[in-house]
Amino acid sequence: MIEAKNISKSFGENQVLKDISVKFEKGKTNLIIGQSGSGKTVLMKCLIGLHEVDEGDIFFDERDFSKMSFKERKNVRKELGMLFQGGALFDSLTVEENVMFPLTMYTNQLMEEKKERVNFCLNWVNLENANRLFPSELSGGMTKRVAIARAISMNPKYLFCDEPNSGLDPHTAGVIDDLIQRLTEEFQMTTVVNTHDMNSVIKIGDTISFIYKGELWWEGDKEHILNTDNKELNDFVFATELTKRLK
Amino acid sequence: MVSRFGAYILLMLKVFRRPDKMKVFRKQFLVEIYNLGIESLGIVAIISVFMGAVVAIQTAYNIDSPLLSLTLVGFTVRQSVILEFAPTIISLILAGKVGSRIASEIGTMRVTEQIDALEIMGINSSNYLIFPKVIAAMVINPVLIIISMGFGLMGGYFVAIFTNLFTTQDYVEGIRIAFDSYTITYAIIKTIVFALLITSISGFEGYSVKGGAIEVGAASTRAVVWSSIMIILFNLILTQLLLS
Ligand SMILES: Nc1ncnc2c1ncn2[C@@H]1O[C@H](COP(=O)(O)OP(=O)(O)OP(=O)(O)O)[C@@H](O)[C@H]1O
Ligand SMILES: [Mg+2]
Repeated sequence: MIEAKNISKSFGENQVLKDISVKFEKGKTNLIIGQSGSGKTVLMKCLIGLHEVDEGDIFFDERDFSKMSFKERKNVRKELGMLFQGGALFDSLTVEENVMFPLTMYTNQLMEEKKERVNFCLNWVNLENANRLFPSELSGGMTKRVAIARAISMNPKYLFCDEPNSGLDPHTAGVIDDLIQRLTEEFQMTTVVNTHDMNSVIKIGDTISFIYKGELWWEGDKEHILNTDNKELNDFVFATELTKRLK
Repeated sequence: MVSRFGAYILLMLKVFRRPDKMKVFRKQFLVEIYNLGIESLGIVAIISVFMGAVVAIQTAYNIDSPLLSLTLVGFTVRQSVILEFAPTIISLILAGKVGSRIASEIGTMRVTEQIDALEIMGINSSNYLIFPKVIAAMVINPVLIIISMGFGLMGGYFVAIFTNLFTTQDYVEGIRIAFDSYTITYAIIKTIVFALLITSISGFEGYSVKGGAIEVGAASTRAVVWSSIMIILFNLILTQLLLS
């Protein structure tokens, strides 16, 4: 479980996160939703320490991450995987080397063992025979899948995904969602997903936190999100022509 | 300006640490030796030959008094190539070639969140990305400079062969006059300092990029400009320190 307590974050004059307290549960896909610019990415980067919070605390299973030294954080970081918005694969390395990278940096496994683990992870994301390709040779959907494979190579306890299906067609987006959900259940990870894709929201939203202008505006799950009377949330959920008509 | 200098120093404190994994570092080091060194051999050779040739021709044309020996040509070529042209001019060329490469490579990694990806794995990204380049350049650039000296002297020799301004005997004899091996040491010390400047400044510019492709381009230009300025400045300081 990951818990954020009263965290705030400003960039200069611009206060992006305002006193947010939220819990993300183990074995569940926890979504953070909100409009573009509402602060989702900043919140996620605060959780994992890529941004320092101005106030508040972050706990990874009771361990106070925000008060740790660089060395202590390193131990927590070995337990977390992250899928970046654009994949963030290392250009100079092949698919195989990308997925192997965390293993090379952190374990003393033999090449054989590492290869086995890499193939296991690539298998999970349905990518066989792509080992020798470079990131520039992959499609958007493949890039995301390799990035997922890299994120899970160390068998993380916590998985963070920043807009895992942005820029993908609805079918491929669905495949990625399924993958994230299956991984979360199979390996009992605490998964946090940023998204503004309503399809994902009603499909995989075990818990949902709606961020509005930097504040935590609404909390719930996929069963309740379609019938709340929260105005801002409704505006967000029923923003597209399609959803408006369906309503 | 002052705050950027502070940021540069802070970054360098993170860069100059023991790498997380020596095995990985060794591999990166060899890759950089190739990228920064071997790949620059061609341009270094061409420029050096021409530099040596031009100095030889100019000196020969300027010796019009029969009292001056033509062996002066070889002497002048040797002194100017070893003391200035090889270490300083070649380092300036490398600042352009290697500096822009480093800044755009690291800058692109910044804007595509690859550096965040490293950080999230708990890796000291500045050390991982910049340190191998700094060390590789400090090792390979002196080699390039020695090679450059060789090619520079050859340039003068070619002039002796293809013109009748002076003979090869004059030239070879001139090269040997009053040779002081300290000049080589001096050139190598300068080169090592310049290599440190080029790679660390370019690494800093790339690493601190914010934004997108345009900023990466701007950073790469700044990398070349600042490394060149610092080379010129340190050239003056080191010359004063080492030759006085
Ligand atoms: N490094 C930064 N420096 C300054 N301001 C920032 C920085 N990162 C984000 N911001 C600001 O924080 C606000 C929230 O940005 P954020 O990236 O979290 O939005 P988001 O909800 O992830 O949007 P999207 O759905 O488009 O990705 C924006 O106003 C942005 O300008
Ligand atoms: Mg975002």
